[in-house]
Amino acid sequence: MTGKVSRRGVSRISARFELRAKEGRKLLIPYFTAGDPKPENAVPMMHAMVKAGADLIELGVPFSDPMAEGPVIQKAMERALAFNVSLHDVMAMVAEFRQKDSETPVILMGYLNPVEVMGYTEFAKAASKAGVDGLLTVDIPPEEATDYVAAMKAEGIDRIFLISPTTSEQRIKLINDASAGFLYYVSLKGVTGAGHLDVKAVQDRVSMIRTLTELPVGVGFGIKDADSAASIASAADAVVVGSAIVKRIEENLDSADNGIKAVCELLSEMRAALDAS
Amino acid sequence: MAESETKYQQPNEKGHFGVYGGLFVAETLMGPLAELRIAYEKYMQDKDFLAELDWELQNYVGRPSPLYFAERWSKELGGAKIYLKREDLNHTGAHKINNTVGQALLAKRMGKTRIIAETGAGQHGVATATVAARLGLECVVYMGAVDIQRQAANVYRMKLLGAKVVPVTAGSATLKDALNEAMRDWVTNIDDTFYIIGTVAGPHPYPAMVRDFQTVIGREAREQILQHEGRLPDALIACVGGGSNAIGLFHPFLDDKDIAIYGVEAAGEGIETGKHAAPLCAGKPGILHGNRTYLVEDENGQIIETHSISAGLDYPGVGPEHAWLKDIGRAKYVAINDDEALQAFHDLTRIEGIIPALESSHALAYATKLAPTMDKEQIIIVNLSGRGDKDIHTVADIEGITL
Ligand SMILES: Cc1ncc(COP(=O)(O)O)c(C=O)c1O
Repeated sequence: MTGKVSRRGVSRISARFELRAKEGRKLLIPYFTAGDPKPENAVPMMHAMVKAGADLIELGVPFSDPMAEGPVIQKAMERALAFNVSLHDVMAMVAEFRQKDSETPVILMGYLNPVEVMGYTEFAKAASKAGVDGLLTVDIPPEEATDYVAAMKAEGIDRIFLISPTTSEQRIKLINDASAGFLYYVSLKGVTGAGHLDVKAVQDRVSMIRTLTELPVGVGFGIKDADSAASIASAADAVVVGSAIVKRIEENLDSADNGIKAVCELLSEMRAALDAS
Repeated sequence: MAESETKYQQPNEKGHFGVYGGLFVAETLMGPLAELRIAYEKYMQDKDFLAELDWELQNYVGRPSPLYFAERWSKELGGAKIYLKREDLNHTGAHKINNTVGQALLAKRMGKTRIIAETGAGQHGVATATVAARLGLECVVYMGAVDIQRQAANVYRMKLLGAKVVPVTAGSATLKDALNEAMRDWVTNIDDTFYIIGTVAGPHPYPAMVRDFQTVIGREAREQILQHEGRLPDALIACVGGGSNAIGLFHPFLDDKDIAIYGVEAAGEGIETGKHAAPLCAGKPGILHGNRTYLVEDENGQIIETHSISAGLDYPGVGPEHAWLKDIGRAKYVAINDDEALQAFHDLTRIEGIIPALESSHALAYATKLAPTMDKEQIIIVNLSGRGDKDIHTVADIEGITL
């Protein structure tokens, strides 16, 4: 066992944001789909990501109908589902990761139905036990989330909600009230992996969001490389990188080790660019 | 119960039918869906809009569709009198156009220039491409690669009408995946694009809006049966894919508690084989495509591939209002398998000279079970949701005939 457990009452996610804020550094948040390309690669990938500079890991829960994903992450989910990777399996991966890492926050990202079918309270209890810190389900807006928020809150699971370019100020306040950990700004109108990132527009929106929240703000969708990570980080507390990572896994399907290596190279470059700027 | 005395009024302002329905979408769509809800609520009260809609339904779609007494078939079955609501006689051959005309007129009022749609059998795609051509709007239709194979004629019709048909290869490459892909398009192009959903599924306001455009079926049927018989029917039957033709027929009769209502799902190769498309009969509640409803899903909440001889019923979800009507017991949901539907397809064709769609054949097959249990004075209305021209290749294939 390494590291120390964060203070009681402050989530691992908040603790990590506070620490980095004090250091004047930005958080690097990589995403990959649990079980892609194979279930046994998930935990080694997570540890390797931490070594390469990841601050928080967003672990994708495979779903049969990922409506907000572009083709890269859709295919990753299909690869994971070929092994029938379930929400239970994903939590078991986090529990295994926690045996060696009690510091790095982990959030699960996916779609509501697997959580709905398990039951919000049952999920929250199991997630908390496994060492999961937060949950982001793309398809639940705060208007529908009263029971969901209550169940997660009761077990200390942070709720991460998305804010998009089309979100009104009024809704940002609503989202802020339901959220814990951080707010996640989706940098473009579109699906994951889309290519039309407008840095200036993102900076303007994030400044506006900051006037409405005390929570840190992460930005994701469309960040591809060290340059785009650094320029987005100038406005945000954290950058989330998904499709660019999954693309590297996809390019190395014949060797999971090479996949991990390729992902870590990208993360190291991003880490260096974030810390330099 | 207070409920049985009050007039039926669903959904609530959040789009909930009891615990079903609602708005379960990615944040980017929340703004556009609010905009759509406001426009829909406004124009459904707007005299000009409603007059334009009526004009289109009469002169372009060919409404009212007849309510036809299938006398020979009723005699043969030896029970209740069966009337068929002839949605097969609409322009483009199914009920789908009632909805696409309505939504396309709304799109025009909202200043949208580009129309997208998902389609399974291709009927909704054709109905959408048709109104897009009529109104001069750009049209893109998403269709599962598997469905493109089995509905080649409809694909060609859409192309003739000027639509772009985009094959979807993700997932099971059928209707549910086409819907996912249409949602992805919408999220990317929300500024100029209107998404015409083809059934009473999707996030609020779609289930209510599509229903409201389809209730013309039930309103006409009610008037027509009073003209023919001087009284209301004893039972209603319609097939249920997403549930739009069914709710269109049922809705104007929901407060008439003596009328039995039957929704017919596709049992495919049989419910017990697991190869079916019957979420209400054999599924569990969950969240898919923007609403809470019954789904064909596994114990981990993954959506399972469905099976039906009819592409239009091959969908793992169902409109949330049907989920609600099932739970409160106002409608009964039953399932008919491929073989039974095929038999009804042949029976109606031979006995009445009407070739029904395979989707509608499920409703007809249930009528063959129900009618003999009723007496000769009783009346059933079956929604003949579409014509079977699109299905003759499928039927010939099954019978080993090459056309
Ligand atoms: C003729 C016909 N009937 C029924 C359906 C099923 O849809 P719904 O349940 O929405 O009426 C379809 C769908 O394509 C259809 O083409």
